[in-house]
Amino acid sequence: MWGWFHKWSSPRWFYQLSGRLLPWLAMLAALTLVVGVAWGLLFVPPDYKQGNSFRIIYIHVPAAAVAMAGYMVMAIAGAISLIWRIKLADMVMKCCAPIGAALTFLALVTGAIWGKPTWGTWWVWDARITSVLVLFFLYVGVLALYESFENKEAAGRACAILALVGAVNIPVIYWSVEWWYSLHQPASISFTGESSIHPTMLRPLLLTITGFYSFFAMCLLLYVRNEILSRERNTRWVRELMGMAAKA
Amino acid sequence: MYFETIQDVWAMAGHGPYVWSAYVITVLTLAGLLWAPMRNQSSLKRDLRAHYRRQGFVNGPAAESED
Repeated sequence: MWGWFHKWSSPRWFYQLSGRLLPWLAMLAALTLVVGVAWGLLFVPPDYKQGNSFRIIYIHVPAAAVAMAGYMVMAIAGAISLIWRIKLADMVMKCCAPIGAALTFLALVTGAIWGKPTWGTWWVWDARITSVLVLFFLYVGVLALYESFENKEAAGRACAILALVGAVNIPVIYWSVEWWYSLHQPASISFTGESSIHPTMLRPLLLTITGFYSFFAMCLLLYVRNEILSRERNTRWVRELMGMAAKA
Repeated sequence: MYFETIQDVWAMAGHGPYVWSAYVITVLTLAGLLWAPMRNQSSLKRDLRAHYRRQGFVNGPAAESED
C-alpha cells in the first residue's frame, strides 16, 4: 500500500501515466458530451411544465455536480499535502482552483438563464444559489491566495487550510434545497430510491454528467502536467524530456 | 428528432434564446479551459529550453517520447 502511494506521488511517474491516460479521457469526454448534448437538445421531448428551457439541465446539472466534486478533490489534495507534504498533492490542489471556478461560474450563469423563463427572475438570494456563489468565491479565493504569496510552500499551506475550511460549504449546497424553502427544485436523480426524472430525460443527462467528469479529469491532468514540468525543471528527467543534454 | 423544422430548433417555442445562449457560453468556457493549459505548455517548453541553455546544456538526443 505504501509503495503504491509513494509511486503515485512521484511527479515523474504521474507525468508518464497521465500522458497515456489523456487521449482516452479526451475521447470519452468528446463522445459523451457530443452525443449527450445533441440528444438532450434535439431528441428529448420538452418538459410538460417548463417547456424547452428544461434542456439547460444537460449542462447546468453536470457543471454544478462537477464543480462540487472538484472542490472535494481540491480539499482532499490540500489535506494530503498538509499532512504528508507531498508535492504532487499541492500541485493537484492548486490546479483544481481555476477549473472549479470556471465550472461554478457555468453553473451560476446557466442557472440564471434557466431561471428567467422558469421562475421569472435571473437571480434570487436563496440558500442553494447563494451557497454556490460562496463556492465560486472559495475557488477564486484559493487562486488569489496562492498568487499573493512569494513563498510557494507557504502559499500551498495557506490554500490547503482555506480549501479545508471551505469544505463545510459542500454539504450545505447539497442539502440546501431540503433544509430551506427554495425556488430551486430538489434533486431529481436518486442513487438510493427511484429518480423523479423520466428515463427519457435522464439518459442523456447521465451522458453529459460522465462527459463533464471526464472533461474535468482531462483538464486537471493538463494543468498538473504543466505544473510538474515547471516545478521539476531542475531534475534530469525533465531536462531530457525537453531534449537537452550535457555538453559532450 | 423532436423538432419538425430547423426554425423550430432555433426558436424552441420561445425558449431558444435562453437555451442557445446557455449552450454557447458553456462551449466557450470549456474551450477556454482547454486552450489555456495548451498555450501555457508551449510557452513553458520554450522557457525551459532557454533555461537549460543558460545553464550550459545543449540540444541533445530527443527523449524517447514526450508523454
